Amino acid sequence: MRETFISIFAIFWKDILSGLRTKEILTSVLVFGLLVLVIFNFAFEPGAGIRESVAPGILWVALVFAGVLGLNRTFDPEKENSCIEGLMLCPVERHVIYWGKLASSLTFMLMVAVIITPIFLALFDLPLFLPRLALIIALASLGFSAIGSLFSALSVGTRARDLLLPILFLPVAVPIIIAAVESTGLILEGRPWGDMWTWLQIMIAFDIIFLVISTLVFEFVVEE
Amino acid sequence: MRLRAMNDTAHTPPPRAIEAQGLARSFGGRRALAGVDLGVGHGECLTVFGPNGAGKTTLIKLLATLCRPSAGRAWVDGMDIRSQSVEVRRRLGVVTHSTYLYNELTVSENLRFYGRMYRIPDMEQRIREVVSQVRLESRIHDRVGTLSHGMQKRVSIARAVLHNPSILLLDEPESGLDLHAALMMRDILDTMNSGDRTVVMTTHNMERGLAIADHVAILHRGRIVYHAPKREIEVSGFQGIYSQHTS
Amino acid sequence: MIGDRNPAEDRCPPPGGKSVLWNNALLGLGLALMITALYLVFMYVPTEKTMGDVQRIFYFHVPLAWVAFLAFFVVFICSILYLWKRDAKWDIFARASVEVGVIFTTLVLITGPIWAKAVWGVWWTWDARLTATLVLWIIYIAYMLVRRYTSDEARGARFAAVVGIVGFIDVPIVFLAIQLWRTQHPGALVFEGGLAAPMLLTLMVSIAAFTVLYIILTARSVTLKNLEEAVRRLKGSQ
Repeated sequence: MRETFISIFAIFWKDILSGLRTKEILTSVLVFGLLVLVIFNFAFEPGAGIRESVAPGILWVALVFAGVLGLNRTFDPEKENSCIEGLMLCPVERHVIYWGKLASSLTFMLMVAVIITPIFLALFDLPLFLPRLALIIALASLGFSAIGSLFSALSVGTRARDLLLPILFLPVAVPIIIAAVESTGLILEGRPWGDMWTWLQIMIAFDIIFLVISTLVFEFVVEE
Repeated sequence: MRLRAMNDTAHTPPPRAIEAQGLARSFGGRRALAGVDLGVGHGECLTVFGPNGAGKTTLIKLLATLCRPSAGRAWVDGMDIRSQSVEVRRRLGVVTHSTYLYNELTVSENLRFYGRMYRIPDMEQRIREVVSQVRLESRIHDRVGTLSHGMQKRVSIARAVLHNPSILLLDEPESGLDLHAALMMRDILDTMNSGDRTVVMTTHNMERGLAIADHVAILHRGRIVYHAPKREIEVSGFQGIYSQHTS
Repeated sequence: MIGDRNPAEDRCPPPGGKSVLWNNALLGLGLALMITALYLVFMYVPTEKTMGDVQRIFYFHVPLAWVAFLAFFVVFICSILYLWKRDAKWDIFARASVEVGVIFTTLVLITGPIWAKAVWGVWWTWDARLTATLVLWIIYIAYMLVRRYTSDEARGARFAAVVGIVGFIDVPIVFLAIQLWRTQHPGALVFEGGLAAPMLLTLMVSIAAFTVLYIILTARSVTLKNLEEAVRRLKGSQ
């Protein structure tokens, strides 16, 4: 058990190290996310009422699209020099590779959210300190990373990675997107926890189900 | 031999380093390997020759558990490659055309990563050891992407032997190297091949392949068409044997 | 090659004998059911009170949706079996079911809006069932695209199997989420009323007819794919 954790951490740390060296992925995803925020703002008529009701949607569209952009790159380092084979040669079960990549893509997604969300809140004149929103972002990012890491590995093995990842990821992520938008809306309205409990349940259930399934099927995706 | 048979009635001989029976692998409609039987004893070196597309790389990948066989079975150190693949991988060091190195990370960071994955004791010391064995101490803190192709392959060899595997699988280790790098590679492999390591090597280099082999095999169209111990082979006449079997 | 399993040849027995008998029986049953269903839908069942004749599309729309989900369930099971057993026949079965399933799902997505437009005046109501069907349709398409864009066939089959499994488990969650979302944002009502006896009968017969149609189409598709596979093997071994 401890051994597995060491391996997962090793993969995670390697990704962090190389991620820090090639900052351009983080910066380009951030810029893209901000652009989405700005453009959607212009896409909707100015008017306080409408603004507030679409605000949660705008935030999550930005985070989802930025997330897809980042997930696309998850397995890129493993394509160079066939490093994915190097990982597969290590004496670990295949799903350990999944968990390592999950850890790094989740971290990346959280970093993007931590930067974009306060900017979003400021742009829309909303209160900046919303700890409950942090929980929603964490649960949603976990769900996105769970299926995103699986589909990223899958689409990297095809000829049309950039096309297939969004087509695979977005439909499957619909429940999380709906739950995230709804609970964000409720949080911005200042509603109590009880009101959004069902949405939280959906996110938690989704996360657990797809973490388990991805762990089970990952070996079939990386195998040659 | 007879005496041993009489005394060892209840003793099953220890498994050979590598054992394969009817190993086959198809990709779509194409048969890359069509039933390969193989056996390599501990400490022995098997060199596999064969034209491009014969299935040499597929054979290495199957033994390395990188892909599953479509049919047949194989054991590495007695471990089944299908059901005990993690244990198999622990005993293997693999060098192929790809280096399995991360360009953005330094030599030491790459080796440290693999060191953690293979759970090597005394990791820092072992890393220094293998890096000096491949004569790249001066570049140990340089990013792999900045090294020449030949140097990257040397680091890849260091990666392969980092965990002291008992079995080495080498898939055309000298391909793509210039003369100088190839000579250095040769020396490095010689030092690493010392004594009790089992080696399976595929190569196009006839002179080199014959020099280090204990056994020689020729793979053609997915089958072993020739297999003999080196001592029975006339080195000068091998070119003829090869052409004869691969026509 | 000696000792080589050639499943495609095993599964293509020469015509004649038992398989033809089954085929004809199934075809006959399907024809009988479909004719009965058409009679029931257009002649027998009374016109619905509020929506008028256009409501008859319901007797096509619901069975089509049922079969679309049945097809996807079959894909789910075959995907698991394929990854477990690695026998190509499960993959062929899944592919056949996907093709038929996509067609039926497309028809659901066409009949649904037609019905909605005629009854409520809007093409789309973001109703949970229809929207979940739309998501299902997209996942089917993704399944086929993944195959198409993977160079190695066996790998493509494995990828598709993964999509088939993940997709099938996801769709009920999608449905649940959308339904919940709809309770927060209610829109046009869906026809939820109870079914009178003649309507129920018509619906059941129609479901049976379309299920048999699915079986016939999928079986034909499987046979065709097996023949294609056999031809390819013969060509390849020359």
